[in-house]
This record gives sequence, structure tokens and C-alpha cells, in this order.
Amino acid sequence: MTGRRATVAAPDRRHPRSWEDPLFRGLAAAAAGFFLLLTGAILLELTRGSSLSLAKFGPSFLWSSAWNPVTGDFGALSSIAGTLISTAIAMALAVPLSLVIALFLVELAPPAVSKPVGAAIELLAAVPSIIYGMWGLFVFAPLMSDHVQPFLSDHLGFLPLFQGPPMGIGMLTAGIILALMILPFITSVMRDVLRMVPPVVKEAGYGMGSTVWEVARQVTVRYGARGMAGACLLGLGRAVGETMAVTFVIGNNHRVSASLFDAGNTIASALANEFAEAADPLYLSALVELGLVLFLITFAIQGLTHAWIRRLERSAGRGL
Amino acid sequence: MNATRPESRPTPPLAPRPQVADRSVADRSAADRSIADRSIADRPAAADAAATAPPKISVRGLDFHYGKQQALFDNNLDVAANRVTAVIGPSGCGKSTHLRVYNRIYQLYRDQRARGEVLLDGENLLSPTTDLIELRRKVGMIFQKPTPFPMSIHDNVAYGLKLHYRLGKAELAEAVEKALRGAALWDEVKDALDRPGTALSGGQQQRLCIARAIAVRPEVLLMDEPTSAIDPVATAKIEDLVEELKKDFTIVIVTHNMQQAARVSDYTAFFFEGRIVEFGDTRQIFTKPVHRQTEDYITGRFG
Repeated sequence: MTGRRATVAAPDRRHPRSWEDPLFRGLAAAAAGFFLLLTGAILLELTRGSSLSLAKFGPSFLWSSAWNPVTGDFGALSSIAGTLISTAIAMALAVPLSLVIALFLVELAPPAVSKPVGAAIELLAAVPSIIYGMWGLFVFAPLMSDHVQPFLSDHLGFLPLFQGPPMGIGMLTAGIILALMILPFITSVMRDVLRMVPPVVKEAGYGMGSTVWEVARQVTVRYGARGMAGACLLGLGRAVGETMAVTFVIGNNHRVSASLFDAGNTIASALANEFAEAADPLYLSALVELGLVLFLITFAIQGLTHAWIRRLERSAGRGL
Repeated sequence: MNATRPESRPTPPLAPRPQVADRSVADRSAADRSIADRSIADRPAAADAAATAPPKISVRGLDFHYGKQQALFDNNLDVAANRVTAVIGPSGCGKSTHLRVYNRIYQLYRDQRARGEVLLDGENLLSPTTDLIELRRKVGMIFQKPTPFPMSIHDNVAYGLKLHYRLGKAELAEAVEKALRGAALWDEVKDALDRPGTALSGGQQQRLCIARAIAVRPEVLLMDEPTSAIDPVATAKIEDLVEELKKDFTIVIVTHNMQQAARVSDYTAFFFEGRIVEFGDTRQIFTKPVHRQTEDYITGRFG
């Protein structure tokens, strides 16, 4: 060092890396594009597979309640109705309950409670649906036929919804099992959304002299509306397409009935039940068309939710 | 600062004001306004500076803990009614912590505890029987970042009104307008009341929050560094507004900006490491601080 001029050579340069960003961009775009392609391919394949049935029944497939493999007469009404009704029951039960549980876990419960409960909820979300189905059939259905359904027909029996023999299995049982299945799902996403709402926003709510419920309803939930809707969509998607659990407890009957005690079916349960026995090409084609209808229902639900959120944001501004 | 100050007047007896009269901001007694009107000479620069007049808020022996860690040590402070009291000090000295005791917002967090007495009009607001909802109506808070709720401008201001008052449609509209005028925002938003509050600029959002806070007719406004996230022009507007608001409200403002404290406040408390080192008339604190630490801080030697 001393006496000599510093002749430290500049350190070796790394190789030029300017090609890395374009490459990464390309890979990322390809990965994202793959999903569009996949969606398109599914739609195409479903349409192709159902061409026979599409040609024979046309749009009347949607509102025909016939389902007769012997005479080759098919209609989707009972399955569509069953899908929508069981999902509606599930959502009506699960969403409010999830919201309250999530609020409790985030806003009210001490860590000693919220941690184990949170862990249990995540565990429940990971239970395979066939377990729910078996539990539904062997444990829950008898409970329904022995206690819940008699109670409902005693007290609300004047409604057509709660008339008929208490068989245990049926639309109502399927809806409740679905609700139990999607509950942990929706709860855990809602909990994460609530946690992301900035504390200062909640403080501002409490600072105005609000109660816990007022802050939750008017500030926190609105702030997290987008994420909440996402949570509900996740649960909805699962409920609409759920197969095993529903197949076990819904009764699998192509019939539209006003009573929730009656056996019915959903698109997914019909597919699961009948694919194996569908030897006739028209029968198979009708089943594939059911699948197409399910696909489009999911699409429509997504679209409606987004439109609703956009409207909300126009008047309330963007939150999470 | 007022250039001319009247000589000290006789002080009224120290008694809490009747609760019913509190809803009206118009009838504040003249005596309240005179609390601070004493010359610098007869005021010792200490924590009990304003103790001879009935203060709006008196803090007595306030300690504060975050879990096991103590953040405030034996704070004593009198906040004069219809005056602006500034709280200054370096980061982490407990300024905001101190302020957050006044509306007990700290209580949202499980491990935070306050001990001592904070008297609002003579009543200890730390008492377990205090009605928090009513306390927070009386003691409004403005935060460091603007916190408009995800709803329209009108609904933001109407939010607290609906919580605390029964108002007809016309009365509500009138009260919203009054609050927005009070926050010097009306002219900018009167044609856009149904637009989202979050669509406003940062400075406008902060004034919207001020409008929301003053709409419920509070008595005290707590401002926790209200301009730290806002540009200089908008800051000047809010500082002017503070000057205007003290006619109707008692204001406590935490600020990082010493010029701001000097510009807007009548009294200043200097916090250091959780203790109130010096409290007194703002002019005196900034020109003749008694404590070395205060002098070092205001002259920019640390902090």
C-alpha cells in the first residue's frame, strides 16, 4: 500500500444481463396466456362434446325438466334448479356466519382463543369433500330426519318449502352440508381481508364513537368489500361445483320440487352419478352439455359479482 | 400569537360543566376563553402553568405501558379550553401515545394500559365507568394519514351525525353543509357530495376528516400530526383552519414540525423519552426555554 500508487484493477464485469427482463416478461406472459388458452379450450371441448344434444334440444334443454335415458329425452331444469338452490342455501347460511366468525377472530377474540380457532378452521378447510359426504350421510342425515325436519314441518310447515316426509337426505341437507364445507373457506379468507384493513381506518371509526358492530359493518366490511366478495366467490365456486359431498346426501332425483325436504340433484352430482352408465351418445352428449351449463353459470356469477363491485366502488371509492 | 393580552381576570370556580349544555358550542363561557390570558411573567414554565384556571383537560400522574414497556412517565399537563396546545418532541418520545389516552383509542389494543388521571371537565375519563361512545363524541380525533371511510363525501360527514343524533333529512343536509363549511371544504365539494371521499386529494381528504369530526359537535379535537402526509399548500390551509377552529373547540395537536407548533399553538409541551420536560406558553418555549433539552431540540441539535 504505502509508497506505491494504487493500481487496483477494476473488478471483472459480469456478463451483460439486458436480455433477462424481456425473457422473464415473455415467460410470465406465456404463463398467464396459458390460462386464457385453457379456458377457451375447455369451452370449445364442452361445446364440441355436447353438439348432439345441442342440435337435438336447442335452448329448450335449459327449461325442460325431462330426463329419460330410455326415450332419449333430456333437459337440465332439475339439475340447474338443484345447483342454484343448494348453493343459495349454502351461501345464505355460510356467508353471515363466516363474517361473524371472522370479525370475532380479528376484532374481539384474545389471541389465546383466536389462534386455536383459526388453526381449526384452516384444518377444516383442508378436509376432503368425501368426508363431509360420508359424515353427512351417516351422521347428519339421521339427525335431520329425526329432529330438524320434524321441527321445521311442525313450525314452518305451512310453507311449501318445509312439507313432505322427513327423509333426512334431500335439498336442505345438501345445502347445509355445503354450507359447512364452504364455511371454513370463506371464514379464513375473510379473516385475512379483515386483518389487512389498516388499523388507522378502524381507529377512525372507533374515534367517531362507534360500537364494534358499527365499525365492522360500516367501515371495515366496506373497506374490504372487494376482498370479501372474493372470499364469497371462492366459497360460491366451491359450492356450485361440489360433487362428492352433494352426491351422498341430495338423493339424486331428476325432479323439480317446491319442498326442500325432497330429493333432487345438482349438475355436478348428476355428472358424477351418471357418467359411468351413459353408453348412448346422446345421453353422454346431454351430460357434457350439463357441464357446459355449469361452466357458464360460474362465468355469469363471476361477471355479476364484478359488476356489483364496480358499482360499489363508483359510489364508495376503492378499498382492499 | 395575540399581540395584546388582557390582564388576568378572576377565575371561575373549578367545576365540571353541566352535561346538557355541552351539545351547544355557541355558549362557551367567556371565562373559558380567558384561561390563557395571563402574561408570561406570572407563569412559571412548568407543567402546572395553567393550573390556576379551570382547564378543559387536566392530566395527572399519567403512566402508560405497551406490554411491559413503559412509554409515559408521570405526565402532568393542563389543556386550556379554546386554545391550541401543541405537543412536540423527537420520534418515539410518547407524543402520540399521550394524545391517544384522551379519547382512550389505545384501548383497542389489548396490551396497552394507562394509569393515572385524565380529567375532562373535572371527570376522570380513565375511570372504568366512562361511556366510551360519549367520550369519543366529545373528543374527536384527526389522524396522521387522512382516513376517509369508503363511502361518499356526504356519507362520510353524516356518519357520526347519524351515530349520535336523530336528524331529519333536511336537518342532516344542513348539518353536513355546516360541518363542511367549518372545515373550509364546502366550496370545493358542494357539487360532488355523492362522489367517494377517497377520490379527493390528500389535503381535501384531511379536511373531510376534520368535517366528519366536527360534525358531531365535539368539545376537544385531537390532531395527531395532521399534516405530515400532506403537501405544503394543503398544510397551510389546515393550519389556517386550526386557527379558525379554536374559537369553537379545544385543540391538542401533535406535530413533528416545530415551525408548525410555533405558528398554530398557544401552549407547547415538549416531550422527551416519555416525560414532559417543559410546558408553557408557546412564545416562551420557543424564545426562552427553561430546560437545556428543550433548547437543544428547538434549535435543531437533535430530534
